[in-house]
Amino acid sequence: MIWETVIGLETHVELATKTKIFCACTTAFGGDPNTHCCPVCTGMPGTLPVLNGKVVEFAARAGLALGCEITRYCRFDRKNYFYPDLPKAYQVSQLYLPIARNGAVPIPGGRTIRIHELHMEEDAGKLVHDPWRDQTRADYNRCGVPLIEIVTEPDFRTGNEVIAYLEKLRSTLQYLGVSDCKMQEGSLRCDVNLSVRPAGSVGLGTRTEMKNLSSFKAISRAIVYEARRQIELIEEGGRVVQETRRWDENKDATYAMRSKENAQDYRYFPDPDIPPLELPQSYLERLRAEQPEMAWEKAERYQRDYALSAYDTEMITAQKALADFFEAAVALGTDPKQCANWIMGEVLRALSERGMEPGDMALTPGTLSRLIALVQGGRLNRNTAVKVFDAVFDQNGDVDAYVKEHGLEQISDPGAVATAVEKAFGANPKSILDYKAGKEKAFGFLVGQVMRELHGRADPKAVNEAVRAGLDRC
Amino acid sequence: MKITEEMVDYVSALARLKLADEERSAMAAELEHILEYMEMLGGLDTHDIAPMSHIFPVRNVLRADVAAPSMDRAVLLSGAPVPDGEAFLVPKAVD
Repeated sequence: MIWETVIGLETHVELATKTKIFCACTTAFGGDPNTHCCPVCTGMPGTLPVLNGKVVEFAARAGLALGCEITRYCRFDRKNYFYPDLPKAYQVSQLYLPIARNGAVPIPGGRTIRIHELHMEEDAGKLVHDPWRDQTRADYNRCGVPLIEIVTEPDFRTGNEVIAYLEKLRSTLQYLGVSDCKMQEGSLRCDVNLSVRPAGSVGLGTRTEMKNLSSFKAISRAIVYEARRQIELIEEGGRVVQETRRWDENKDATYAMRSKENAQDYRYFPDPDIPPLELPQSYLERLRAEQPEMAWEKAERYQRDYALSAYDTEMITAQKALADFFEAAVALGTDPKQCANWIMGEVLRALSERGMEPGDMALTPGTLSRLIALVQGGRLNRNTAVKVFDAVFDQNGDVDAYVKEHGLEQISDPGAVATAVEKAFGANPKSILDYKAGKEKAFGFLVGQVMRELHGRADPKAVNEAVRAGLDRC
Repeated sequence: MKITEEMVDYVSALARLKLADEERSAMAAELEHILEYMEMLGGLDTHDIAPMSHIFPVRNVLRADVAAPSMDRAVLLSGAPVPDGEAFLVPKAVD
């Protein structure tokens, strides 16, 4: 039988506000345990939470950009559960009137993913088990950090579509400035709801929910694994059980979580502490008017104005920090094509070697501009420039100082090149004979010898010409 | 509404309460009385009244996104039954 996979996503995104959703504690990542806390976010009795206006703005901006209808009159509800990551014993969330609903996100390939809803809520604290004491330590620094949860309809059919959507979502939220979407710091987290059904059928199979997916790679692999597990189970005559499963990245498998964790009865009710929101039409119109240029709009502009390829512009605009870097370098007068080549080549390579995000890069647009200017001015050859790039990348070093200190400037003095050619010819008479006998390989060898003589700092074009001219004279 | 002992068990499990047998039956009767009392509301004509979640006509109570110092950790932890100087300690709750 041919099976079809049906996937829906719940994505939690941490908002880039300075303070928590209901109190003035900082949202800064890290910090010593329980140093970003106050009586409100630790759920002390008698405290009164007050909603952060920026959270509403960011959630509404995200909703508008994802094509949603904004719920003009919305409010918060309490989701009750006892687990020590939430000291109040309830999470303030939105069930009945989420701030945004019924959106649509077109993804590459022509399909559109429908957004069921987008709502605001608070993050929970972090629990760390201490095996020595057999006790759990609760750190509430994350507790009360604002989140939006974006729920799609079950519109995905493949893992690739899921990744394409997440990349689009990440780029949209980064461009709006509402989140940095750093998966490694947990500011973008994804739960995957997955079921399988015979291809062509309309109803939905029983779904499982996978949690603990902390990278795009993990999401892709978990989808492949879980779809196969469900298909094999059904084909062997079994039945899929609706449950929450945890993805184990080390074992490449999903495991059912204990049934106790599956028991769900949240007894939602409207939160009496948070008065409802009534968003004026003028407010929403202002947000709409302020919406920045999005990734795909930038990509089109780069293709139009700078004649860059579709692939290059997609890569550069996929992450806002990279597009900002590119635009800043171009604003400094750097040739856009050269700049794009360096970003697509060396910058992306250096980032991936270090497992870094573009936003965390020390290298400034000014430094890359200077390096490109030296190459274009004939003062550095391309190979040497890559070495200089690697040397200055981590600390954003001074390109000119490094070139000077290491004597890397390109040798363009014809006398120096001629001397090196003479020396190479003198040492390799057989190569000259080989070349004369028609072996083109000998030419390359001689060029290499001259380059070595000049410590790789000569202009390759000048060396080529000098060797060719020298051989013609022999 | 009839409150059965099974319902009491379910609600007390959700509330992490352990009830003795005589408390269970007493609780069932008490809950039933409370719900009966609330049923009085069912006699009111609410035909033209929109459901409401808040009784005061207050909307959009918002705070500016400006950070303030958090609480001193020693003070924050001082009311906790079992702190360790850095964190609140709770019975094992992680797999």
